[in-house]
Amino acid sequence: MNIFSIIEEIEKIDPEFQDRISPRRAAIRNITSFGSKVAMAALPFALGSLFEKAYGQTTVGDVNGTLNFALKLEYLEAAFYNTAINTSGLIPAADLAAFQTIAAHENAHVAFLKSVLSTNAVAQTTQGTNGTYDWTAGGTLPNYFATKDYATFLIVANAFEDTGVRAYKGQAPFIIGNQVVLTAALQIHSVEARHASHIRTIRRKLSSSGTTPKSWITGANDTGFAGVAANYAGEDNTMQGGVDLTTLTNPTTGAKFTTTALTEAFDEPLTYAQVLPLVTPFGVK
Amino acid sequence: MENLTKNDDQLVAGEKVAGGRMQRKSFLRYAGAGAAAIGMFAAAACSKHHDDASAGVDVGAGDIGVLNYAYALEQLEAAFYIQVVATPYTGMTSAELSAFTDIRDHEILHREFLKAALGTSAIQSLGVNFSSINFTDRTSVLTAAKAFEDTGVSAYNGAGYIITNPAYLTLAGKIVSVEARHAAFIRDTINYGSFADNTVVDATTALDLSRKPSQVLPIVAVYLTTNVTANQLP
Repeated sequence: MNIFSIIEEIEKIDPEFQDRISPRRAAIRNITSFGSKVAMAALPFALGSLFEKAYGQTTVGDVNGTLNFALKLEYLEAAFYNTAINTSGLIPAADLAAFQTIAAHENAHVAFLKSVLSTNAVAQTTQGTNGTYDWTAGGTLPNYFATKDYATFLIVANAFEDTGVRAYKGQAPFIIGNQVVLTAALQIHSVEARHASHIRTIRRKLSSSGTTPKSWITGANDTGFAGVAANYAGEDNTMQGGVDLTTLTNPTTGAKFTTTALTEAFDEPLTYAQVLPLVTPFGVK
Repeated sequence: MENLTKNDDQLVAGEKVAGGRMQRKSFLRYAGAGAAAIGMFAAAACSKHHDDASAGVDVGAGDIGVLNYAYALEQLEAAFYIQVVATPYTGMTSAELSAFTDIRDHEILHREFLKAALGTSAIQSLGVNFSSINFTDRTSVLTAAKAFEDTGVSAYNGAGYIITNPAYLTLAGKIVSVEARHAAFIRDTINYGSFADNTVVDATTALDLSRKPSQVLPIVAVYLTTNVTANQLP
């Protein structure tokens, strides 16, 4: 088995193969020595990893695919907030400026992603029904825009923002090493986290306790609404990079960290396959 | 050979991380490979100048360099919030104390996690100097907190592309969004509604700030007695 003849064959039909497996071509050059120095028995596994890296994420996995996935989520968010700020009687005057800011950001993200994708950008009209979304998610949510139900609108906004943060985080490895595209994605990612923080602050101010939800995510689904539990699946993770955080001692207090702190300190990613079912009911395709 | 081994590990790591099953031993193996790659400087800084904070430390090169850069920033943030909670400013509300205690613990966790993950590749503990901050004054503390958080977000945003290991990139992503939540919270505490104003989020593109290590380190240098450099990072 000659790994290089295999790669050459693939390149004949897929010229971007090397870029798929690594945005840095230096990586592939190292395989020369790799093949000669590692036992041949290990090769099938290594080769399998190589192909999985290149094609494992069938719908996304290339820069355009990743950016179009982001664009679809931004279309959804932009339409959501545009509807909200144009629904009189929904948002109290004190919060209107914040939602106008958030709406402007989501519209700007749409414009930015479309400009980067150029002719490769999916059209907004491909989403929902000719570009119109179902804000009840197929009847699983009340019609909060029609009834001007601010509390429910805030829960959906809370879930959208936190899910957006998770989705961008999950896509980052697929554009690793790409200075322009990855950096821009990270710059959008942190803006979504700022939005999430603020919407959580709004909800906390309106809550009877005045203490929840926090501006950061505590455990799995701290929104107080079971209907969005899937959006928070895995946020209660306490293993990071192979380190079991529950074993760490807080040198300042001399005690173990609380589980609450362990889950709050790290936000968790979601894969494309995990995000899609969460937004499909609204019309994302 | 170090690089070749590491390269193989990265390919394998990609799928392991996707399944969330990355093992500690493999994580530490990258750290070990990286330690060899960064050369003598970090080791020399640790062993020879450990007690001489003014001598300085370079974070190193490549992924380990980026992680040590993050470790340096998290050390600074943790030290700041430890002080904020230990000596609350005049008029700090119970809700504010609770939030600052949360943030303190998040930052300590980031610091302790990075230290554990870097193992022997970790840079030394840094000396801090907060003499420019009046910890009894609410405005002084909140202004400093805002600067730390916004700078931290821009630092992670600007260093992400340097990372070559998908596991490390994901970990940086897990931390930076929490920093952005802090930043928005602090900003809202100072001036409600300023969570993402146009001093940090570009009014046209709606992109958050991004800064290179060479732009971030001069900003934080005033708070450090250890001279931290990132001469091997782009």
